[in-house]
Amino acid sequence: MSAIYILWLRDLRRYTRSRSQVVASLGQPILYIVALGFGLGPVFQRAGEGSYLQFMAPGVISMTLLFTSVFSGIGLLWDRQFGFLKETLVAPVPRVYIMIGRTLGGATIAVIQATLVVVVCLIAGFRPSALTSLPLAFVLMLLIAFVFAALGVAIGSSLQDMQGFQLVMNFLVMPIYFLSGALFPLNNLPGGLAVATRIDPLAYGVDALRGAFIGRSYFTISFDVMLLAAVAVLFLAVGRRMFEKIEV
Amino acid sequence: MIRVENLTKKFGELTAVDGVSFEVKEGEIFAFLGPNGAGKTTTIKMLTTLLQPTSGTLELDGLDPRKKQNEVRKLFGIVFQDPSLDIDLTAYENMELHGVFYHVPRKARIERTKALLEKFELWDRRNERVKQFSGGMKRRLEIARGLLHSPKVLFLDEPTLGLDPQTRNQLWTHVKYLNETEQTTVFLTTHYMDEADRVANRIAIIDHGKIVAMGSSQELKAQTGTASLEEAFLALTGSTIRDERADAADPLRQMAKMWSNNRR
Repeated sequence: MSAIYILWLRDLRRYTRSRSQVVASLGQPILYIVALGFGLGPVFQRAGEGSYLQFMAPGVISMTLLFTSVFSGIGLLWDRQFGFLKETLVAPVPRVYIMIGRTLGGATIAVIQATLVVVVCLIAGFRPSALTSLPLAFVLMLLIAFVFAALGVAIGSSLQDMQGFQLVMNFLVMPIYFLSGALFPLNNLPGGLAVATRIDPLAYGVDALRGAFIGRSYFTISFDVMLLAAVAVLFLAVGRRMFEKIEV
Repeated sequence: MIRVENLTKKFGELTAVDGVSFEVKEGEIFAFLGPNGAGKTTTIKMLTTLLQPTSGTLELDGLDPRKKQNEVRKLFGIVFQDPSLDIDLTAYENMELHGVFYHVPRKARIERTKALLEKFELWDRRNERVKQFSGGMKRRLEIARGLLHSPKVLFLDEPTLGLDPQTRNQLWTHVKYLNETEQTTVFLTTHYMDEADRVANRIAIIDHGKIVAMGSSQELKAQTGTASLEEAFLALTGSTIRDERADAADPLRQMAKMWSNNRR
């Protein structure tokens, strides 16, 4: 158990020491909010869907959760690179603990980062429908972060080099983001796209967050939560298999 | 303590370790000598659960590293040939992490960390990030860390690579001390013949994945009719220079170096 804690602490220490990374990773969400939020706002309004900023803010928060947690999982690749992975692999600690420690660390950082983005959204004019829903939103953020940190660790365990990383980025992480409904409503989509969004786990995360923040969800929050929990279990199981098999 | 029989490891076409057999008794200091790419590190990786052997049997204190991974990991400590520190953490934090991993009680961990960091002259810099350390300092920290817990078997894979004579001396004195006071079994590899000559009870010379000679330093010299271990080594392994095969991580390492300024 203490191994899980110390690995979690390690991730947090590394995070708090890289201030430039913290600032840099706020750039993309801000760009999305400014360029898309304000840029597409008038069109969205005319289509009768209300304020686009209100609609997309939960999506941008989800994006931050997705990217930060997957990347921190893939941080395993850096550990392989700099050799620290070996130190954890020979330690007399069940590998599943090491994996869970990393997953929790990545998830925690993602939630901190996403909380910063919530603040940015609030500054930009985003208004949650009720303050009482914020604790629920926070719990949902934790769940989403955990799901994708687990995915990141699974990917990080199976990758050998940076080329693989690009592949994962372009064919997995970006599609997960763009097909999640973070930027567009899920209703009235053409058939193929509708199917794609249904099998995207982030779609349920975005949906739940939107439900909590602005009271607008396509599915129901309880359904989203159950589905995300199931996906988390699945990713953890896959990650565990991958992690047990690592050789260096 | 260590028993290896007919151990073989193939990477595709290449046979890195080819039917190696040897035994190391409890409390013995055993040295593995061989040119680059002879299979020393691969053997250590198989013994320390980092690699699965292709065939053969191996045992650590009667346990099979393939099946009883976690039990085996409790038995040994290791100083790796290449870096294995977290460079974004401080020296002290690296020690702390290791202590927690190896279930060293908090009080003992704090005391030993201080003693070891002082011994290897890192105590004053303990709160600096390892990133800022020189190569020699990093190496010293790796060694201090490897000695933090007291394992039954200590693997030292070219531990003195890039160290100054003072630190080498410190290390071997400490290893000898551990061996004498706690009966720690030591399995080491090195390129410095004088070190093997000084500390090892028995030496195995490995080349192209096969053990070509084994015995005490005296025996090896007698066997080859040479005056020093170095000459015996050259007589047994020839004088051609070997190139190590680049592994999958090498290009990645270069990439990381290139990007290390703007990462994180």
